[in-house]
Amino acid sequence: MIWNPDAETMPVGQRRELQLELLKKQVKYVYERQPAYRAKMEKAGIKPEDIKSLDDLRLLPYLTKADMRENYPYGLFCVPMKEVVRVHSSSGTTGKPTAVGYTKKDIEIWAEVMARALACGGATPDSVIQNAYGYGMFTGGLGIHYGGERMGCAVLPASSGQTKRQLIYLQDFGTTLITCTPSYSLHLAEEGGAEGVDFKKLPLKYGVLGAEPWSEGMREKIEHNLNIKATDIYGLSEIIGPGVANECLEQKGLHIFDDHFLPEVINHETGEPLPPGQRGELVITTLTKEGFPAIRYRTGDITALLDAPCPCGRTHIRMERITGRTDDMLIIRGVNVFPSQIESILMDIEGVEPHYIIYLRRDGALDDMEIHVEVSEKVFSDEVKKLEALAAKIQKEIQGVLALSPRIKLVEPKSLERSMGKAKRVFDERKI
Amino acid sequence: MNVQQLSIFLENKQGRLAEVANLLANAAINIRTATLADTSDFGVVRLIVDDVDKAVDVLKEGGITAVKTDIVIVDTTDRPGGLAKVLNVIGKKNLNVEYLYSLGTRGERAYIALRFDDSEKAIAAFQESGVVVVSREDLKALNMA
Repeated sequence: MIWNPDAETMPVGQRRELQLELLKKQVKYVYERQPAYRAKMEKAGIKPEDIKSLDDLRLLPYLTKADMRENYPYGLFCVPMKEVVRVHSSSGTTGKPTAVGYTKKDIEIWAEVMARALACGGATPDSVIQNAYGYGMFTGGLGIHYGGERMGCAVLPASSGQTKRQLIYLQDFGTTLITCTPSYSLHLAEEGGAEGVDFKKLPLKYGVLGAEPWSEGMREKIEHNLNIKATDIYGLSEIIGPGVANECLEQKGLHIFDDHFLPEVINHETGEPLPPGQRGELVITTLTKEGFPAIRYRTGDITALLDAPCPCGRTHIRMERITGRTDDMLIIRGVNVFPSQIESILMDIEGVEPHYIIYLRRDGALDDMEIHVEVSEKVFSDEVKKLEALAAKIQKEIQGVLALSPRIKLVEPKSLERSMGKAKRVFDERKI
Repeated sequence: MNVQQLSIFLENKQGRLAEVANLLANAAINIRTATLADTSDFGVVRLIVDDVDKAVDVLKEGGITAVKTDIVIVDTTDRPGGLAKVLNVIGKKNLNVEYLYSLGTRGERAYIALRFDDSEKAIAAFQESGVVVVSREDLKALNMA
């Protein structure tokens, strides 16, 4: 089903008019309420009234993760905290996270676009949705939850992990649609298979999967192993959370709900706008947000826009699945991780050298992170238990910030490569 | 009365221990006792050598993490109950031994190396209880260092 046919099948020309009207309003709103962005506009010599067409979008400065860091935590909010009803958080590029705020209306919009996304992925008001995204500061859990409720589905707030219990819900609670990361869905299939669960006999029909990169090969495996139709969901907290875009059952690109989120794809080095079909960095402008609107936010995600009409009837522009990043951000079990975060954690541990290498592997379905840390003379002890305690401490500190438990391997000093330029800190050996 | 042991951090990699032995051999340093504590990822090699200062320098130059560690060496009888006598002192005086190993025997005597958090306190306790603590000079005389 199409959740909101008026909005989703609106003729493209009409939507462009709507987008322009909303863009003008959003830019004016931000200019008046977001001093940091206003300063950027002033520096660029742009006033809200200069935006006369959608093409004028490119006159506007970008908003980046660095702006979020500089205005941490609430400096980019456009409303007083009295009007903020929710705060979510994501990974920053250092030890500090990022914060995003929502007004009541923002939450309404989020539920609306999430309902559209779930419908794209096969949901109807009769669906029983097992939501295995983490609930908490991460936007995944609550974002999906509100969208499912908005549609009138039965939502199981299963949250992430607890695989044995997830399998029980799948078998006993009538789940028809599951939401989780693609790798976790494969993990469920593996664990379920080992326990004799026959996915062909379950009422499960659909998976709305995302928060990490995956491939067509992985989709085939997921669809086969779980006996479902799997679609890709996209979102990011800086824009709203999940529900920025979702594949329809045609599975040929993700529809961006572009009456709320205006997409551009640019050459990430030159900033030159790229036509549909060409890959570059996705830049998104929110059109209707109040709490934390973002003008030309550089997502760092690499994709291409697809403007051909979609047989599903939705006229929302599509993008191909995310094929990479412009920066060194890693996505590990759905968690965004910047190597610089790990570096700053290590720097804070006395005696530990900031020389490290991150190895990412996929053992079975799930990601494994192993971090090699050099043991300096300062921390070396002749007692094995002290070295093991050091490794455990590093692991705990990292877990405290990233909510991931890497394996820590202590290695000899200077054994890690010191390259002349940018050290290669990450070896991603996952086959996705 | 402390004796200094050479402690070395090594990753569990093929040939790594041989490298250490070669570095010491090339510097004409004699290894008198060697033990290795290992985990799945790394090992700590503990050596008694004839010139610990030189050994540390040589290994550092070779890019290996090596430090000197104070240990206590005691002399006990090479008979049933010899080790028990030493350990009973440790128990009685509330000392915490981190690890121990044997340096071997000379005639009727057995020599045990022990690592404590507080070596001075341990030495005092042994001396009070009549356990003989061996100095570096003693070891040299015994041809054990």
